[in-house]
Amino acid sequence: MARFGMVIDTRQCVGCMDCVVACKVENDVPDGFCRDWINQRLEGTMPDLRLTITSERCNHCDRPPCVSCCPTGASHVHEPGKVVLVDHGKCIGCKACLASCPYGARFIHPEGYADKCTFCIHRVEKGELPACVAVCPTHAMHFGDLDDPGSGLNRLLASRRHFVLKPDAGTQPRIFYLE
Amino acid sequence: MNRISRRRFLKIAGFGAGAAAIAAGTSGRLGAMGRQPAAGETRVVPTYCDICFWKCNALAHVRDGRLWKITGHPDDPLSRGRLCPRGTGGVGAHFDPDRLRAPLMRRKARGGEEWVEVTWDEALGFVAERMQQIKAEHGPEAMALFSHGIGGTFLKHTLKAYGSPNIAAPSFAQCRGPRDVGFELTFGEGVGSPERTDIANARCLVLIGSHLGENMHNTQVQEFADAVATGAAIIVADPRFSIAASKARHYLPVKAGSDLALLLAWMNVLVTEGLYDRDYVEKHGFGFDHFSAEIASRTPEWAYPETGIAPETIRETARLMARHRPATLVHPGRRTTWYGDDAQRGRAIALLNALLGSWGRKGGFYYPSSMDVPDYPYPPYPASARGKVDNPGQRFPFASEAITTGIREATRTGEPYPVKGWMVYATNLIHALPNEAETLRAIERLDLMVVVDVIPSEIAGWADVVLPEATYLERYDEINVELFREPFVALRQPVVPPPHDQKPNWWIARELAFKLGLDAYYPWTDIEEYLDHRLKGAGLGLAELKQRGLVRGPPAPLYFEDGVPAEFATPSGKIEFYSTQLAAAGFDPVPRYKAPEPGPPGSFRLLFGRAPVHSFSRTQTNPILRDAMDENELWLNASVGARLGLASGEYVRLRNQDGVLSNRIRLRVTEAIRPECVYMVHGFGHTARGLRSAYGRGASDAQLITRYATDPLMGGTGANVNFVTLEPGA
Repeated sequence: MARFGMVIDTRQCVGCMDCVVACKVENDVPDGFCRDWINQRLEGTMPDLRLTITSERCNHCDRPPCVSCCPTGASHVHEPGKVVLVDHGKCIGCKACLASCPYGARFIHPEGYADKCTFCIHRVEKGELPACVAVCPTHAMHFGDLDDPGSGLNRLLASRRHFVLKPDAGTQPRIFYLE
Repeated sequence: MNRISRRRFLKIAGFGAGAAAIAAGTSGRLGAMGRQPAAGETRVVPTYCDICFWKCNALAHVRDGRLWKITGHPDDPLSRGRLCPRGTGGVGAHFDPDRLRAPLMRRKARGGEEWVEVTWDEALGFVAERMQQIKAEHGPEAMALFSHGIGGTFLKHTLKAYGSPNIAAPSFAQCRGPRDVGFELTFGEGVGSPERTDIANARCLVLIGSHLGENMHNTQVQEFADAVATGAAIIVADPRFSIAASKARHYLPVKAGSDLALLLAWMNVLVTEGLYDRDYVEKHGFGFDHFSAEIASRTPEWAYPETGIAPETIRETARLMARHRPATLVHPGRRTTWYGDDAQRGRAIALLNALLGSWGRKGGFYYPSSMDVPDYPYPPYPASARGKVDNPGQRFPFASEAITTGIREATRTGEPYPVKGWMVYATNLIHALPNEAETLRAIERLDLMVVVDVIPSEIAGWADVVLPEATYLERYDEINVELFREPFVALRQPVVPPPHDQKPNWWIARELAFKLGLDAYYPWTDIEEYLDHRLKGAGLGLAELKQRGLVRGPPAPLYFEDGVPAEFATPSGKIEFYSTQLAAAGFDPVPRYKAPEPGPPGSFRLLFGRAPVHSFSRTQTNPILRDAMDENELWLNASVGARLGLASGEYVRLRNQDGVLSNRIRLRVTEAIRPECVYMVHGFGHTARGLRSAYGRGASDAQLITRYATDPLMGGTGANVNFVTLEPGA
């Protein structure tokens, strides 16, 4: 069974927000909300500075607290791909998942349900890349199956130092950042 | 789940005859994209972008008759199938609720932004009548056109047919002019747009204040990322730790305004250590002995107090450049109107590249080519007896394009002759030109002020007549005959109809010409006929371009080593290390550094630049791009912030040296900028009431640029000569 994930190369990323804009357009994300965003962390003092840019979104965790806390089963793990999705029809907008997510990845859509990144499953199931990955002008973003040992993702992870966001949260996130 | 199901349905519907029809006309890659419709639910229209002026080729996707998204054209050499965030967000230009909807005529005093909606016939009738009066009283040259981008093609044609030679764009004297003139004086030709920079093959890339990644010119950013990926040595000199600086092997936090000193010191090292390309310089150079004598005293030790960069760092980076030559590219920059000596700085960059032997070489500057598409056979334009108004007596002897601020000066003073009418197309002069007061004093002298634009910009507020243009997604435009590494011809075509009473620029220009009695200049009956005629001249046709979007031409040699002749259109026919033209005109034949004037004590030099999600001052109301960035920030050095008791997130106002007070702007207190300067992204702080969603958000650098240093070589207006203090509690 596939286990979709992302590898994002922070060295290539220029923080241009193309991923954010492409997601908004592709998924009709309402004004004032976003399913992905850019974080910039600056360390050091002039001139010895280090900037780490991360394109962030739902981590589609292997141990997703948003799924275990959902009282209605709206938040669920979709197969194939183990993508964390929200069934809008079942969601009652109780915000338990918003509180449980260590990444702040979820928001309440104006229509009343919890919304977030879907890894563009509607595209992936057609053999296309998620919109953010497909648009990235610096080719910083990679998508694929983490369970496939020969996948591009695993080759990248084997060849470069990498990190995940908030490893201590115990969620086992599936978005990896190359240093 | 509803939305996902609907998409799934579309997916099933998407594999059909429509896909095959599009794919047949182009490469297989386009057909493989999916989402091509069978049942009319989604369709894909190729066109080219207009959110900036790079002109990437795109595919506009229409779903259920409504514009949905825009993606990069997979065959496009510029976007390489991936648009930048502005192009991706171009959808918002169509849906922008603040768009101009119908022709407007002003009701009260200019600038009052009180309008009556009128018909096109009435608006254009008024414009034509005033233009005829101006011609009768002052001659046709008294009508000037400010125009930015390819959309201005037909208005330019109408103005020339009317008899005026006075057409200018801020892209010269407010932007790239100085570097082009610097390169013209050295190599005999400029850098162009897209720049002929071979970043893709550079092994060492040097950026002088160029903030690629924030400045989102697509191809350059993609090639920059390639250079990062392949481990090219990147050197960035900038008073601000830019995104590009964060990717560099060497970041040189040069004092604002001292770039030329750094360039001279680098050249000194290359010459005194014998690291330059001797063969190349001997073969192609002119006046090298004079140049090297002049440069001899510009040691890294001399440059140190000017630049703040340690001599050893200057030597180390110069040696790094030499190690990778000729694949060392010292980027010429884009907006280079900084301190008023900018053409000389552009020349210094050109000379540094010449020492490295990178002009005409792989990894340096390539020779671009274009396909041959003959012009439409129009009648000749009437000759102007008086000539252009912007540069009387060739006061700026090396200006190679018209000077916007020269037209403004002539309008304000009536010298060398009066200018009584302005037409302004797609350029917000209030944000684009320095010193707003001078612009307004010029406008006071006008008998006619017309603005053609998509949104009610600040300059539109000063018009007598505002003509609402259809966006690039709703119109045909001139064919793009691209001058690039890989030549191509591309079509812009309507994807969806304009939502209100907006019209394409070609229609506006043609109707105006008819009302001026210039019918002979528009022999074609509709735009498709015009476009087809031009394309047929190149062995192509409109039907083909409508389907494919672009057609690529045969590749031509790029470098001297491929057989490009090493010819230079300079007086000596060589690369001019010593410029006889400059000497004859009384300027330094080899660039010399003079430190820019410091500001008042306690003030900060105001620097400005670009953000990847906005273009100039024209996208802040685009709902998608506004959502990505809805105000700008003021970068302030961290220790200065601590000293002043200011923190990130607070709002301040800026007061400049002439007492002008800005709108409130949020602080970003950061280590990433030197203490003597502050920085903001250009284009915010809108004051036009019609730009409702952008009104009063962030501050405008343009408002604070009351002073400018005019480049004596070419008339560029150096803008980085303004100083501000911060007023907290805004």
